[in-house]
Amino acid sequence: MTATEMTTAAAMNSALDEALAADAKVLLLGEDIADPSGGVFKVTKGLSTRHGTDRVRDTPIAEQSILGAAIGAALGGYRPVAEVMFFDFVTVAMDQLVNHAAKFRYLSGGQHPVPITVRTVVGNSRFGAQHSQSLEAWFMHTPGIKVAFPSTPSDAKGLLASCVFDDDPCLFVEHVALHYSQKEPVPDGDHRVPLGQAVVRRPGDDVTVVSYGAQMPGVLAAADTLAAEGISVEVIDLRTLVPLDFPAVLASVARTRRAVVVHGATRFAGPGAEIAATITEELFEDLAHPVVRLGARYVPTPFLASGLEPLPVSSDVVAAVRRLAAS
Amino acid sequence: MTTPPPPVLERMYEVMRTVTVADERARAEARAGRMPAAFYPVRGLEGVCAALGAVLTPDDQLVSTYRNLGDTVAKGVPLRAIIAELHGRVAGTSKGKAGTMHMHHDPSGLMATTGIVGSGLPIAAGLALAVRLDAGADVPGRAVAVTFGDGATSIGAYHEAMNLAALWRLPLVFVCQNNGWAEHTPLTAYAPDGDLAARAAAYSMTAVAVDGFDPIETWRVLGEAVQRARDGEGPTFVECRTYRLVGHTSSADYSYMPKSELEAALARDPAPTFRSWLVESGQLTESRLDEIDKAVDAAVDDAFEFAQAAPWPEPSAIYDDVFADRAWVEGR
Repeated sequence: MTATEMTTAAAMNSALDEALAADAKVLLLGEDIADPSGGVFKVTKGLSTRHGTDRVRDTPIAEQSILGAAIGAALGGYRPVAEVMFFDFVTVAMDQLVNHAAKFRYLSGGQHPVPITVRTVVGNSRFGAQHSQSLEAWFMHTPGIKVAFPSTPSDAKGLLASCVFDDDPCLFVEHVALHYSQKEPVPDGDHRVPLGQAVVRRPGDDVTVVSYGAQMPGVLAAADTLAAEGISVEVIDLRTLVPLDFPAVLASVARTRRAVVVHGATRFAGPGAEIAATITEELFEDLAHPVVRLGARYVPTPFLASGLEPLPVSSDVVAAVRRLAAS
Repeated sequence: MTTPPPPVLERMYEVMRTVTVADERARAEARAGRMPAAFYPVRGLEGVCAALGAVLTPDDQLVSTYRNLGDTVAKGVPLRAIIAELHGRVAGTSKGKAGTMHMHHDPSGLMATTGIVGSGLPIAAGLALAVRLDAGADVPGRAVAVTFGDGATSIGAYHEAMNLAALWRLPLVFVCQNNGWAEHTPLTAYAPDGDLAARAAAYSMTAVAVDGFDPIETWRVLGEAVQRARDGEGPTFVECRTYRLVGHTSSADYSYMPKSELEAALARDPAPTFRSWLVESGQLTESRLDEIDKAVDAAVDDAFEFAQAAPWPEPSAIYDDVFADRAWVEGR
């Protein structure tokens, strides 16, 4: 299979372009997504020019109707991909996602699945506290919706394609810091990464670090630092949070007996709590040390220019792993 | 004035009678503890529901609310399946796991009902978008209708959907079942101007108010709206003015409803009023209507007997239909 060097934004663009070309029922909806804007992060650039504004539709600034229309179009036989510009804006359309998209298959006894994909973006603190929240735990806590959060261009393409063609509602979370920060060869053509399969990003023997999304570059940098000190870290990238690949996590921790979970969501009642609890339930006897969780502090995101850092950084991961390795 | 042909009149009366009798029975079963469900009476809406059912074909799609007994019967959902769902039985429209507020019946074009006020409107807009896209350059040929109470006209989802439908010229009919009450609060207490059709016209769509206690006039107005949608002339808002003849839920509390208003509305009780008109105007004979009454009463009895004897879901069914595949969900 051939591959092309791409950023995450370009990889997602290629997934959407190919989905639109492959299936006449694929439909894109969102604010500013059509050309000339092509989306505020340019992820959908060129798509309305190539596939028409009937299928790549600009909408009013009205998230309830964007997601509601996506759900309705799905009931009408389409595979809509709705863009919600920032994750924080999903809050104004929670009803459609939580009460309707996530429940219709169940409430219809299987008659009405809702094959929608909601693409949304975690911003950074340059935008302040209402454009930078990592709210994935809310949706892990809502039965009926799948959650993907890729960390690489290839996974972004492969997971987005899988979400578009999945028959259940999928929340596809992007991070603004990842859109243009890295390039790698991305497979050309129909490339899928199955939902629910974690990947070992770096094999190791001493400590398992479980993470996903925008924390992955910092975690991998920490693993490099630790390797230079003789500590061998196994890094697992979850890629999807629902379904969550517990077998992959447990297999690694059964070997290393030590685990750190790292995420950009709030640490308190965050995804790490579920992962740590499951590891503890399944491997309590084997653990050399309690599972450590690193996540955002329990604060609204402070403005970037304030210099206050709410998120775990690479050196926090290094410190936590050192502590565990010594146990 | 145009009047529907006799078979349509018969069907409309049959729907109205079915809704009246089944609604009464559902409340009685709930009170008696044989139907452990919250139930939202539809009494007062019978004529509006029957008229809408008469102008929609099975190809047209409908989104309704938690107060849906009239809409579901009128759209052709089998009564046994509706009543079985009210009882949580596997023979119900949603295999018993959804209940009174959540009816789906794909073969009848009943695409969803929602327990969240106003939330059906954006979903109906999406269905109408699908109809428009399916038609391509042709006229849509099919229509989508969404029903909602007057109370829904206050919520944001309503306004977003109205704007989107007008902007995209969607083949959608907004059917406002104005029963005068947003739960326990009268229309006059929550809207600065009670003329909801006038407000809807501001969205650049055709907006009409009709006496919802007049099934023939309602049939005519809704029929025009549906035709407009099918012809690609965009959405219509129809305010059907009625009155809620019982309380908000099956555990009826009437204390907040002015007695004189309720009595005046009850004097126009849709099914018996329509029956008298059918006889007096010579549309249907008394004996034909007696036959319909007898058949309807038997069908309602049958549906409740069927439902109460029907099996409940197996315990393992709790994990069905969360996702397409239950493997990850099971036991979690």
